[in-house]
Amino acid sequence: MTTATIDKAAPTRKVKYGSMSRDRAWALRWSYFFLVIFAIFFLTPPIYMFITSLKSSAEISAATNPWWVFHPTLENYAGLLTSNQFLRFFWNSAIVSIFVVTITMLISVPAAFALSRMRFWGSATLATGVFLTYLIPETLLFIPLFKMFAVIGDWTGIQLINKWYVLLILYPTLTVPFCTWIMIGYFASIPKELDEAAVIDGASWLQTLTRIFIPVAFPGIIAATIFAFTVSWAQFLYPLVFTTSTDQLVMPVGIITSLIKGDVFNWGQIMTGALLGAAPPLIIYAFLMDYYIAGLTAGATKG
Amino acid sequence: MADVALQPNRAAAQTARKRSSLHNALKRKSTVAFLMTLPLLLLIAALVIYPAFYAVHLATLNKSMQRFVGLSNFEFLFKRETFWLVVKQSCIFAITAVIFKAVLGFIIAHFVHNIPAKGQRKWRGMLLVPWVIPPAMSTLAWLWLFDPSYSAFNYTLSFFGIGPIPWTGDAMWARFSVILVNIWVGAPFFMIMYLAALKSVPEQLYEAAAIDGANWWQRIWYVTLPMMRNIIAITTLFSLIVTFANFDIVRILTAGGPLDQTHIFATWAFRIGIEGSDIPLGASVSLFMVPILAVAAIFILRDISKRGNEA
Repeated sequence: MTTATIDKAAPTRKVKYGSMSRDRAWALRWSYFFLVIFAIFFLTPPIYMFITSLKSSAEISAATNPWWVFHPTLENYAGLLTSNQFLRFFWNSAIVSIFVVTITMLISVPAAFALSRMRFWGSATLATGVFLTYLIPETLLFIPLFKMFAVIGDWTGIQLINKWYVLLILYPTLTVPFCTWIMIGYFASIPKELDEAAVIDGASWLQTLTRIFIPVAFPGIIAATIFAFTVSWAQFLYPLVFTTSTDQLVMPVGIITSLIKGDVFNWGQIMTGALLGAAPPLIIYAFLMDYYIAGLTAGATKG
Repeated sequence: MADVALQPNRAAAQTARKRSSLHNALKRKSTVAFLMTLPLLLLIAALVIYPAFYAVHLATLNKSMQRFVGLSNFEFLFKRETFWLVVKQSCIFAITAVIFKAVLGFIIAHFVHNIPAKGQRKWRGMLLVPWVIPPAMSTLAWLWLFDPSYSAFNYTLSFFGIGPIPWTGDAMWARFSVILVNIWVGAPFFMIMYLAALKSVPEQLYEAAAIDGANWWQRIWYVTLPMMRNIIAITTLFSLIVTFANFDIVRILTAGGPLDQTHIFATWAFRIGIEGSDIPLGASVSLFMVPILAVAAIFILRDISKRGNEA
C-alpha cells in the first residue's frame, strides 16, 4: 500500500521537474509569438505610411494590393521637398520647437533648482502645484486663451492670433510644468554633500546650479529637452485654433489643412508628409531612446 | 571745511550701506529662490490659472459676450440631445480606452519581461514607436487604413469573406475605430511604465512564491500586482485625464461624425467655440471636463504626498 503511493509519487515529481523547464521554454515561445503579433499591430500604420508614400497616385487609385508597391517612385518626396509651402511648415515647426525648448529649459531648470534645494516658504506646495498644472489639459484652456489673445489684440494692437510666434507663448504652458517636475526629481537625487561642499568653497547659488547641478543632472536635462521638443513638435490643437494662414502653420496642421483639399485626398502626398512630420521625433528617439524612456517614466516614479 | 569734506563721505557710506543691504537681500536664499521661480509662477498664473477662471466667466455670458446670462448656457446644454450624446461618448471613450490600454500594456510588459534581457531593448524600442510618432500624423495613417473605398483592412478582410466594414461611416464602427486608435497610441506608454515597475520587483519574492508552490496566476495576483499597485494607479489615473481630454484622434479620424455620434468634450467644444464662434457655449462645454479631471487629480495628488511621506 505504502510502496504503491511512493511509486505513484515518484514519477509525478520527475514529470514536474521536466515540465518546469519545458514550461519555461514554452512560455518563451509564446512570449515571442505574442510579441510578434503586437509588433505587427503597433508597426502597421507607420509601415503602411511608408508603403503608400512610395506609390504614385495612379497606382493608389488603381486599387491593387495596398500592402505592396509595384512601381516604387520618389515623386511624392520630390514633390513635397520642393514645395515652398511644405518647407515653410517644416521651417515653422523647427523654429517654434527650438525656441520653445530654449524657453522651457530657461524657465524650468532654475525653478526646479529653487524648488528642490532652496527650501523656502511654500516651496513644497508650489512643487505640487506645478505638477497639478501639468494635469490641466490644453483642451480645457484653448477657448479662454483664444478669447484672451483676441482681447489683448484689441486693447494693445499687438496681433497675436494667426502669427506663428503665438505658439511660443502657448507651448511653454504644456512643457514647463512637466520639465520642472522631472528636473525636481533629478535634482533631489543629487546628494546634499555635493552642494554643501560647493557652499563651503564659497560658491554662490547660481554657481552651484551651473557648475554642479546642471552637469550632474545632465541626463535629466536631456530627457526634459527631448520631452519639450516632442511635445512642441506634435502639438495639434493650439496651432489649429490660433493659426490659419498657410504661411503661419506648423507641420501637423499644415499637412492636414493644406494637403487635404476639399474631398480630394492625395494620399501619396499626405502619407509622405505625415512620415516626414514624424521623422524628427523618431530620429531623436532612435538615437536617444534611453533618455526618452527615462523622461517618460520619471514623471510617475520620481518626485 | 571739515563739514564739506565729511558730507560726501557720509553720502558715500550711506550709498554703500544701501548697496550692501540690496546686495544682502539678493544674496539671501529666499530672495534668490523667489527670483528663480518667478518666471514659472508668472507663466502658470497668466496662462493656466487665469484662463481657467476666465473660462468660468466666459461660460456665463451670451453668444456676443456682452450680457451676463448666469447659468442659461448650461440650461441650454442640458436640453440638447447632442450634449448628452457627448457626455455618454466621452465616458465610453475614456473608460474603454483606458481599460484596454492598461490590460494590453500589462500583458505586453510581461511578455517583454519574459524574454532574455539582451533582446528586451530591441523589442521595447520597437513597441514604443506608436507613442513617439505625433498622434496627428499617425491618425492620418489610420484614416488612410480606414478609407471608405481603398481601405487596406477591408482589402485584407475580403480574403476571409468579411464584407467591407464602414470603419468611420457607421456610428458603432466609428466609435470602435477612435477607441482602437487611442489604444494603439496609448498602450506603449503603459507597457513602458509597467515594464519599469516589473523590473523593480525583487526576484526573491518570486522565488519565495515558487517555493510556496504558487502557480503563475497566484504569482501575478499576490506578488506582481501588490508590488505594482502604485504605478498601476498613477498611470491609469494619468491616462484617464489625457484620454478624457483627447482631441487629435477624434478630430482627425471622424471630426465628430457621423451625425455627432463620436464627439467627445474637446472636439465638440472646438466645433461650437471656434468653428461655430460661440465662445461662451464652447467654454461651458469644456468646463464639463473639470469634475472628472479634479477627481483623478485628487487621487494622483494623494498618492504623491503619500509617497513623499514614506520617503
